Amino acid sequence: MEQLISYFQMGGHGSFIWTSYGMVFVVLAVLWLQSRRFVRNSQTELDGLAVDRPHCQTSKKNET
Amino acid sequence: MYLYKFGKMIFHKYANPTRFLKLASTIQPWAAAATIGFLLAGLYFALLSSPGDYQQGETVRIMYIHVPAAWMAMFCYTAMAAAAAVGLIWKHPVAELAARATAPIGACFTFLALFTGSLWGKPMWGTWWVWDARLTSVLILFFLYLGYMALSNAFDDPARGSKASSILALVGFVNVPIIKFSVDWWNTLHQPASVIKMDGPAIHASMLIPLILMAFAFKAFYIWVMLMRIRGEINEGKIRALRLRQVHGGPPSRTTILEKTTEGAR
Repeated sequence: MEQLISYFQMGGHGSFIWTSYGMVFVVLAVLWLQSRRFVRNSQTELDGLAVDRPHCQTSKKNET
Repeated sequence: MYLYKFGKMIFHKYANPTRFLKLASTIQPWAAAATIGFLLAGLYFALLSSPGDYQQGETVRIMYIHVPAAWMAMFCYTAMAAAAAVGLIWKHPVAELAARATAPIGACFTFLALFTGSLWGKPMWGTWWVWDARLTSVLILFFLYLGYMALSNAFDDPARGSKASSILALVGFVNVPIIKFSVDWWNTLHQPASVIKMDGPAIHASMLIPLILMAFAFKAFYIWVMLMRIRGEINEGKIRALRLRQVHGGPPSRTTILEKTTEGAR
């Protein structure tokens, strides 16, 4: 247990280190989620427009 | 010669958004897998396996995210400026969309480089921020990304927005070599380059491995998210084309939609 606490304290600099890593994950996760939402919303809107005009086909692609 | 012809063929082939999307669908899952794989390996080495520094102690672990984020900040801007140049000169529609897709990713990496640098600076330099050449030029890079994004969305006509922002991206590119060489040209608090050097890296392999792994993870993440955003931009172009048709009347053909998509991107 003491070893674990000592590890998280990182020699007294834990707050700087964990805040840095935390911010990286938050920013990259938000960017990924926002990009995914951007693609999904645009695809839904495009499909809706294509339904209004059936002669115009759109294709759903992989949104990995 | 053959290489030139091959490059030209690829260049023209993927100017077609539909063809580009097929290629993107193949690459995206691989980029996602590479991101997760490199990230897990990089975090293991960065937080568990690598030793502390003899001078900086455990704070050296911030380097494994700060340095790759700073590399990506400059890489993304270079990629964005190159794509903007290709879009401006050859009217390559996908290149313009790639520039637009790269901007928010580059802005995020620049913010992370500044933020983690500040958190590293406090215990090492005793200050969160100092107006030295390296830090100031990276802050300017962040503002250039924000300016690019604001300008590209500032016009009702996407073609005008794209042109104006492309010019800004090209003019702002002068800042990239300034960032790289700022530590050599001026007397700064920031340390000089220790990895990308003419005489090889100056850091031990135990620290170089997590650094490289995290750099690969960030690069793969960039490819993954950029392709995702280009897909969204292509969809937006198609929506604009369909809306234009609705306003002006008349049934659009698939060819017309694609033409309008590429026009919208210009």
